[in-house]
Amino acid sequence: MIIARILGTVVSTQKDERLEGKKLLIVKPINLDGSDQSGYLVSVDTVGAGFHEKVIVVGGSSARLAEGNKDCPVDSAIIGVIDSFDFVK
Amino acid sequence: MQIARVIGTVVSTVKNEALEGRKFLIVETLDADLKPKGKPTIALDAVGAGVGELVFWCRGKEASFPFKRDSTPTDCTIIGIIDSDSHVLNKG
Repeated sequence: MIIARILGTVVSTQKDERLEGKKLLIVKPINLDGSDQSGYLVSVDTVGAGFHEKVIVVGGSSARLAEGNKDCPVDSAIIGVIDSFDFVK
Repeated sequence: MQIARVIGTVVSTVKNEALEGRKFLIVETLDADLKPKGKPTIALDAVGAGVGELVFWCRGKEASFPFKRDSTPTDCTIIGIIDSDSHVLNKG
């Protein structure tokens, strides 16, 4: 999993019906010091993440194991809002 | 699977309910000479690993196997703690 921040949202009315009712957020992977990494992901929000929050994002087929993603064409899901993290380097 | 060093922890109360009671650890993957490589990532702990310990992880869908396989959204899980740095014999 990666640490990411919320960059924005995606609104799509014409989409695979299995994505109905799912919140699609744009997330930006970040480093431990908070600086941005390259790239972004469109990720299904399964925990109601807010804009200012840092989140945990799971990728690959494991994203389908998140609540409600069982048979969905999804390879990225937000599975947790980060309260805090600490590390020694 | 690859070897990694546990370098930190992540606290997340609002999370997928299958992850209740599970520990998120920050890991830094190492090469065969135990030198860091790549960016630190988050792994779910399945064996009680702590910060500073040498571990190895399993990635992909199999990462959920130590838990409820079909409903634990993890793509990286620590599945073993290496006894010590010297318990990695790399004959080069």
